[in-house]
Amino acid sequence: MKPVLSVEHLTKKIGGRTIVDDISFTVNPGEIFGFLGPNGAGKTTTIRMLVGLIKPTSGSIVIGGHNLQTHFLEAIKQVGCIVENPELYPYLTGRENLEHFARMIDNIDDDRIDEVVRLVELEKRIDETVKTYSLGMRQRLGIAQALLGNPQLLILDEPTNGLDPAGIRELRAFIRRLAQEQSISIFISSHILYEIQLLCERVAIISHGKVLKTAAVSQLVGDDSKVEWSLNPIPQAIKQFSELPYIRNVEQLGKESVMVHMPVEKIAETNQLLLASNIQVSAIRPMNQTLEDIFLEMTGGEGIG
Amino acid sequence: MVKLVYNELLKMFRKKRFLVVVLILAVLIPIFTYAQYVTVQTTIKQIGTSDWKAILQQQIVDNENQLTSSRIPEEWKKWTRLTIDQQKYYLKNNINPTAPGAPTFVRKFMEEAVALFLPLIVVILAADLVSSEYANGTIKVLLTRPVARWKVLLSKYLALILSISLVMLITGLLSYLISGIIFGYKGWNLPVLSGFIQQGNQLITNQVHLIPQWKYIIYAFGLAWFSALAVGTISFMVSVLVRNTATSMGVMLAAVISGSLLTQLAPTWQSLRYFVFINLRLTDYLAGKPILISGMSLPFSLAILAIWSIVAIIIAFVVFSRRDVLN
Repeated sequence: MKPVLSVEHLTKKIGGRTIVDDISFTVNPGEIFGFLGPNGAGKTTTIRMLVGLIKPTSGSIVIGGHNLQTHFLEAIKQVGCIVENPELYPYLTGRENLEHFARMIDNIDDDRIDEVVRLVELEKRIDETVKTYSLGMRQRLGIAQALLGNPQLLILDEPTNGLDPAGIRELRAFIRRLAQEQSISIFISSHILYEIQLLCERVAIISHGKVLKTAAVSQLVGDDSKVEWSLNPIPQAIKQFSELPYIRNVEQLGKESVMVHMPVEKIAETNQLLLASNIQVSAIRPMNQTLEDIFLEMTGGEGIG
Repeated sequence: MVKLVYNELLKMFRKKRFLVVVLILAVLIPIFTYAQYVTVQTTIKQIGTSDWKAILQQQIVDNENQLTSSRIPEEWKKWTRLTIDQQKYYLKNNINPTAPGAPTFVRKFMEEAVALFLPLIVVILAADLVSSEYANGTIKVLLTRPVARWKVLLSKYLALILSISLVMLITGLLSYLISGIIFGYKGWNLPVLSGFIQQGNQLITNQVHLIPQWKYIIYAFGLAWFSALAVGTISFMVSVLVRNTATSMGVMLAAVISGSLLTQLAPTWQSLRYFVFINLRLTDYLAGKPILISGMSLPFSLAILAIWSIVAIIIAFVVFSRRDVLN
């Protein structure tokens, strides 16, 4: 399968500072790809290079088989994007905004405009000026604008920024639907791990301008989970845990509980063993290991967000 | 390209930029008309008689007497003869030269507006053309379309040229219609002196002749259009360089106003004539008004305006197509 987007050894230096340092990754057709990193890691600079707003210092960007630097028009035709906030002309109506951008692309007729308006469910308010829109509506109009030219690749920079929880849920469902029904590849940057984990199939983790790891989310999260046990007495329990081969990283949390890394399906078995050794178990709390833990592990405790 | 220019014009109109300019004109032109009216009334009062025909006849006699004198140089005589022709025309056609019609007002208004008023209006139109896209962040959407950057900028520049032309047309129409209410709408064929040539410090008058006023107005508007375009082009460059509308407008206003002030303050500072905003008063050459700074002539001013504009447009295009969009 030929990748929709392939980035190789991309580097950007501004005023002697390296903002993006030799990053490489590929996005496959129809997949939702996450681009995860704390603020200031170089996500936005990378995205601006992907859409031709910033020229790379070195490295190459190939979109749908066209090199962005040498064949800008052919490459950018494959892309729809929202860079940071969905910025549109507030003094024009939603429809006028779409018509404005449609005039900049070949062969976009009114039917296509109606189609994207329906897709983002803005039919009711489309003839009102954008300054009366809520942020969620602007976000949807921004997506409509990005979809106008039938792109193969949709690039969204922090799409949930500023949205309320309901808006975020709605947007997530919408993005999934786009990928499934229209088979568009979607590239999403975010500093919120939870978001990427819920949406994306694969993820690249970026920190200080470097990609630390690119992998499938399921592969990164792995089989082990964190499980918190509330027990009495603690010392015997810790001794018992350390004898079991599938349990790692035993850690005492306060007077009555212990945190361990273990496969979820072994919880029942472990519980029986503990009871058999006269250890009282008052609570078991399995916690899904999240990208956050992986991120902290990889960056050596650097906070996110 | 037509679609792109349409986009730019649409934004300019919907942003109400154009409305602001027309409103300014609609407020100021009546004020100027009234000022002109008051001046005319004062002149009549000073002369003491409202019989302008008698005065005109007396002036013609005075001029003819001057012609018979041998001490007056030949070129002066030509000048006087033309003045006599002009005055006779007034008399024959029953035109009061101190109470002119709307076309005269249009001509005078354009002659005055070209130095400061028109440039200010052009700056209002041009200063935010590019900078507002940066300020709103819409530049990011605009430049991620499958359209080359130079085309985006060219469409903006063409829209600017169109709107400047339209503003001048509206200025002409409004000043004609409004001033006509007081002065009457006649006077298109009034003879006007033209054909002055500036050479060194001297005004050469041997090519001076009378042309009908409508022709003069066309010349004046053509020259004013050229000087407005130069102002527009330079504001356009500033608008590309400065990513903030207020700054861009401030820079341009300061430059235009200092151009106007410097001519008055330091006419002996000769190198000043290479500064673009000193050369805006192109209509002065047409009217034969004394030029304050020596070494300036119509071709010189046209060349200075053209050179500055070309340099500005090159800078605008190079910077716009190369610059990283970081904000």
